[in-house]
Amino acid sequence: MKSIVPRYTREIPQRARLEGAKCLKCGHIEFPPRLVCSKCRHREFETISLQKTGTLLTYTIIYTPAETFSMQSPFAVGIVELDDGVRLTTQIVDVPLDELKIGKRVEMIFRLVQKEGHAGILEYGYKAVLTN
Amino acid sequence: MREVAIIGVGMTRFGELWNQSLRDIFTEAALKAIDDAGVDHIDSMYIGSMSPGLYVGQEHIGSMLADYLGVTPVPASRVESACASGSVALRQAIFEVASGYSDIVLAGGVEKMNDGEDTTYILATAADQEYEAYFGVTFPGLYAMIARAHMHRYGTTGEQLAAVAVKNHANGYRNPNAQFRMKITKETVLNSTMVADPLHLFDCSPVTDGGAAAIVVPLEMADKLKGQPVKIIATAQASDTIALHSRSDLTTVSSIGKAAEKAYKMAGLTPDKIDLAEVHDCFTIAEICAYEELGFAEKGKGGAAAESGLTALDGKIPVNTSGGLKSKGHPVGATGIAQIAEIVAQLRGEAGERQVKNARIGLTQNMGGSGGSCTVHILEAM
Amino acid sequence: MIGIVGYGSYVPCYRITVDEIARQWGKKGDDIKNGILVYEKSVPGMDEDTITIAVAAAKNALKRAQIDPQKIEGVYIGSESHPYAVKPSGTVLVDALGIGPEVHVADYEFACKAGSEAMYVAFSHIKSGEMNYAMGIGADTSQGAPGDALEFTASAGGSAFIMGKENVLAEILATYSYTSDTADFWRREGRMYPMHGSRFTGEPAYFKHVLGAGRGILKKTGLEPEDFKYAVFHMPNGKFPLKAGKTLGFTKKQMEPGWVVPWIGNTYSGSSITGLSAALDAAAPGDKILMVSFGSGAGSDAFVFQTTEAIEAAQHLAPTFKEMTTKKRIYLTYGEYVRYRGKIQLND
Repeated sequence: MKSIVPRYTREIPQRARLEGAKCLKCGHIEFPPRLVCSKCRHREFETISLQKTGTLLTYTIIYTPAETFSMQSPFAVGIVELDDGVRLTTQIVDVPLDELKIGKRVEMIFRLVQKEGHAGILEYGYKAVLTN
Repeated sequence: MREVAIIGVGMTRFGELWNQSLRDIFTEAALKAIDDAGVDHIDSMYIGSMSPGLYVGQEHIGSMLADYLGVTPVPASRVESACASGSVALRQAIFEVASGYSDIVLAGGVEKMNDGEDTTYILATAADQEYEAYFGVTFPGLYAMIARAHMHRYGTTGEQLAAVAVKNHANGYRNPNAQFRMKITKETVLNSTMVADPLHLFDCSPVTDGGAAAIVVPLEMADKLKGQPVKIIATAQASDTIALHSRSDLTTVSSIGKAAEKAYKMAGLTPDKIDLAEVHDCFTIAEICAYEELGFAEKGKGGAAAESGLTALDGKIPVNTSGGLKSKGHPVGATGIAQIAEIVAQLRGEAGERQVKNARIGLTQNMGGSGGSCTVHILEAM
Repeated sequence: MIGIVGYGSYVPCYRITVDEIARQWGKKGDDIKNGILVYEKSVPGMDEDTITIAVAAAKNALKRAQIDPQKIEGVYIGSESHPYAVKPSGTVLVDALGIGPEVHVADYEFACKAGSEAMYVAFSHIKSGEMNYAMGIGADTSQGAPGDALEFTASAGGSAFIMGKENVLAEILATYSYTSDTADFWRREGRMYPMHGSRFTGEPAYFKHVLGAGRGILKKTGLEPEDFKYAVFHMPNGKFPLKAGKTLGFTKKQMEPGWVVPWIGNTYSGSSITGLSAALDAAAPGDKILMVSFGSGAGSDAFVFQTTEAIEAAQHLAPTFKEMTTKKRIYLTYGEYVRYRGKIQLND
């Protein structure tokens, strides 16, 4: 059976704790961490915890998902800018879909993202909820 | 470097080709291009294909397709750049001919998407698998997020998106190779099923089987061959971040602009000199973004341009006379070469019912993913 | 002083009403509501399980404790709906919260008292001097078989308690447990829904153990019901805890703040301890609180807490139970509910 166990395990700091890498030269934050700063090409970073709140920049509601997500649809996915400037793609959950709007404030939470079928691992990660 | 021309093109009908396998589809298109060119051999070949491994479980298709085309032992390689695979294959052929390393190179593209796999999942592998697709975002979803941001900032409307699909279907209606040869109205689009809000089913290109091929030769050889040559006056490519969320402006597909800038410079042309274009309308919003980045419309005015008739078959700059990805179909790896086939047909005056009058300069724009890669080619009639 | 240094709860925002479930099975909603004193229950989102609920509750407990997660040396999660049959829930939780890797982790199961069991173990580690901070969590996403009486109450939620000896919010004055082999409710390995002994779950099971533990801890401490500000008893429905409390001599007023079942249902391992969490939200310094859990099979853990001066400052460092359960509620139809709970058979 197809399984992403090694990759999933490696990505826990990002998925579960939103750990990023802050460039020691220019201060730009990379998420996920990289080996070379995308702004100044410096190669030394410190590990930091990203802000857990942010703003919704854009979003969509997925009605035709990949099979793995078929039970969840329709569901919302958006691009969030966290308060430290980091942008990420995430599901936005626990919200009536007509309440979504560009500019709404969100908070990052910990949820189940995918299941590897009925027998494989459960894959957890970050999602967003509207804060108001 | 030698100047380069396309001497022959060929493509299969695009659609649900239930009785043709990946190898059959490619071979049919390649044979048509070889016959059109009037060459008796090729020196090498490049095939653009996004995901034969996931679609039909077959990798190493360079070898397989050279084998089935009967041209072994010529060098044959697959090139991959998601939906831009076809035009990136063409670039390899251009470089090989321009450098003098080979004289007759086939550039092809093929995708067999209707063999039963989860195409939504496969297409999403062209996004950032770990930080986009992991969360369930689909390709329509990524372009829907671009569309929503564009609507929010510039007031672009669902009707303007629909105008792109209406125009492309009107053109595809006249193309015997198109998958969906039917005229539609704005209501058809706006009343169709929602796929990824705000994109409806008719804002999206279909799932298609198909292949296309082109024969690239040095310009100096072109006169001696049967096919009517079309000169390649620019080839350009640009990359951008794999993830949409990493881009500073979510309303702009900047790889289009970067590639276009290089291509215009290489051809010594400005956008107003382009007679017609085939652009990558995988979703209606993508064509609107392309107008803005190719210099056909000002930033933010792409939606209005779509509605104005500027890019209709009888407009100032006809776009997607073939029907585009929307109506003609989008077998992802083949699309970049099929665009070339349309421009070649137009510049030769062989486009039949959809012929653009006095077409001299044509442009193609083909991109991968949400714009992580993009090519622009400019062709000139001879 | 040893006791709770941080507490937090989490209840999903989805609800289904008793009326909606009753309608599905051709029953009269009013009859059922009057019988069980439950009006609606929480339902986990499709992406929620015991682990995510435990993480959310633990985050709230950490907000109130205001300690570095790295200082926590033991984490215990009690649940009867651990997402994995084999593989701990606790490991996911510690990595999500940045606890460890120097941490002792265990998952517990004891029907509805697995949460108080986890608290008991966490407390005992502090008391023994083995650890400075340890967390006990109870969380569940329980399943009642469609059409079964339990479907009206089996809900989702959880609470977490960090035990320590510095900046204690509520001192633990005493503990007492009462246990016997009584098969009133069970679920065999590999089965989706539990079985229960219907009326056998009452007198010989719930009341025998809850009253046994309640009387035992009152005797052990020499305290009388009137010495307590609040009392919380496990809440399989609305009636049982009120009856048990009354039998022991407690008033409705003492039980009301921790009587959380009418609007969220029975959160199983999260039930009595979420009642405790709600009582702590309401408490003033110096209040004594009695909590008696019950787990089928069967047993009860009883705790006596006394809040300290620090309780008031901590109450609003995280959402209170009331804020959490009233601010956002999304109501589901029965059809949506069975989809959310994975009760629909799908092809692979």
